[in-house]
Amino acid sequence: MNPTDHSNSSDQGFFGKFAGTQATNEFLKGLWRDNPVFVQVLGMCPTLAVSNSAINALSMGLATTFVVTMSNMLISLLRNFIPKQVRIASYVLIIATFVTIIDYAIQAISIDIHKSLGAFIALIVVNCVILGRAEAFASKNPVGYSILDGLGMGLGFTFALFCIGSVREILGSGSLLGFNFMPEAFEKWVIMVLPAGGFFTLAMWLLIFNGYKLKKASHE
Amino acid sequence: MSKITLNINTSPHVVKGLSTDMIMKQVIYALLPAAAFGVYTFGTGALLVLLTSTAAAIGTEHYLCKWSKKPSTISDYSAAMTGLLLGMTLPPSFPLWMAAVGSFISIALGKFIFGGLGNNVFNPALVGRAFLQAAFPVAITTWTDVFAPGRFTGVPSSIFALPFMRPSVDAVSGATPLSSFKFDHMTTPVYDLFVGFCSGSIGETSAIFLILGGIYLAWKKMLNWRIPASILLIVLLFSSIMYTVDSKTYPSPVFTLFAGGLILGAVFMATDMVSSPITPAGVWVYGAIIGFLVVLIRYWAGLPEGVMYAILIANAISPHIDALIRPRVYGTQIKSGTS
Repeated sequence: MNPTDHSNSSDQGFFGKFAGTQATNEFLKGLWRDNPVFVQVLGMCPTLAVSNSAINALSMGLATTFVVTMSNMLISLLRNFIPKQVRIASYVLIIATFVTIIDYAIQAISIDIHKSLGAFIALIVVNCVILGRAEAFASKNPVGYSILDGLGMGLGFTFALFCIGSVREILGSGSLLGFNFMPEAFEKWVIMVLPAGGFFTLAMWLLIFNGYKLKKASHE
Repeated sequence: MSKITLNINTSPHVVKGLSTDMIMKQVIYALLPAAAFGVYTFGTGALLVLLTSTAAAIGTEHYLCKWSKKPSTISDYSAAMTGLLLGMTLPPSFPLWMAAVGSFISIALGKFIFGGLGNNVFNPALVGRAFLQAAFPVAITTWTDVFAPGRFTGVPSSIFALPFMRPSVDAVSGATPLSSFKFDHMTTPVYDLFVGFCSGSIGETSAIFLILGGIYLAWKKMLNWRIPASILLIVLLFSSIMYTVDSKTYPSPVFTLFAGGLILGAVFMATDMVSSPITPAGVWVYGAIIGFLVVLIRYWAGLPEGVMYAILIANAISPHIDALIRPRVYGTQIKSGTS
């Protein structure tokens, strides 16, 4: 399973030379094979900081998905107009625009979530998953693939955050998505809502995923 | 004529020497008097906690080895030693399921994940203890009184709390000498501290049995005596200075020395061969750092006890101590002018 070389796909049109398998591949690679958290280990700051409950993790993941998809789209559209020398600045500007949009959107949808995410919404700007996709993928590929890539990466990020967040919330607060299902006497593992719990849980998931991959690789 | 067999083999010819399981066994023997004294003062509950933590540590080691398809390493007794040591740092009425979780964390996160015995950065037992301290801050600071009536006939109900459930709080709960000094400014008689007639973790109370165990190990050359010596020396020095400066606010140096888990930590935890420096000079520095941090945390931080964090921090520093302090390689010359 070699990563496909994208740079030679035709530069014109929505998908360039459309190939269904490549489209699905670009979408699926972010979910599993190149998962931004479990495989690339990128974007650790929001991963560790806002995964203390499942709902925080989910909203952070979806916000990032929106930003990475939209910025991938716009950057891909503008890829032939942005001079090489100022590309990073341009990308950051584009990303910041969408972060501002999602910031206001979250405030409008739920002020509680906005409060619990705090500064980390604004910090999506510097999430290296997004700039990484812009630099590594969107700046070289047609719009269609870039959108799929952004969507896949964003959903993969959401999936990873949800994995971490749900474990931390179940053990740390005895609930999932704010729904209390544990008995009254459940002993809360305080460490799980503290930063240290984030590291433990992330390490545990990395262990599980890598162990699974190794097992799969040895079977093939 | 009888046949004479000639044995030919390569050196080394002296095969009986120190092996891991021998050292670990001796450490366990040295720990047992203090543990037994803890069981005597705190009752059946303490025994159950010790048994659970030891059994859980051995079980975790065995199953992790099986899971990763390696030969089981429980026969080197290191898991048993870690489990026992962890159990000795727990309160006597600690819920058994939490003790088992602590043992699992000790072995899995403290040792196995680094690649097993010899590769761990931190003392495994203290990793488990630190995890428990952060995860269950209430349960781990609920102490029982010494010589509680009926301590051998019954056990505190919190011991048998169902897994993942909060233990019920018992009516009888004592305060450790350190916490009663920190929060109520009450000192405990030194004799009680020295022998162990005070509440605290199961194995930390009796200074005399711990010191005897330490001397036994040092005599067997299985323990680097410089580590406890430098820790205790620095603690004594630093606390004496503070006591001279202000004898109202700060406890006496002897109290600081014998209260809490300092002796247990200095003799049995800081001396962990894997996570401490190897050079004699480095060992003194390492001990001094621990001693300094213990007094610093006990006197000025929010926690009454600081031995655990002091040792963990020093464990993290110890590779750097080894890198910075190197003995002169035999046969090389020190540059002229500096010698």
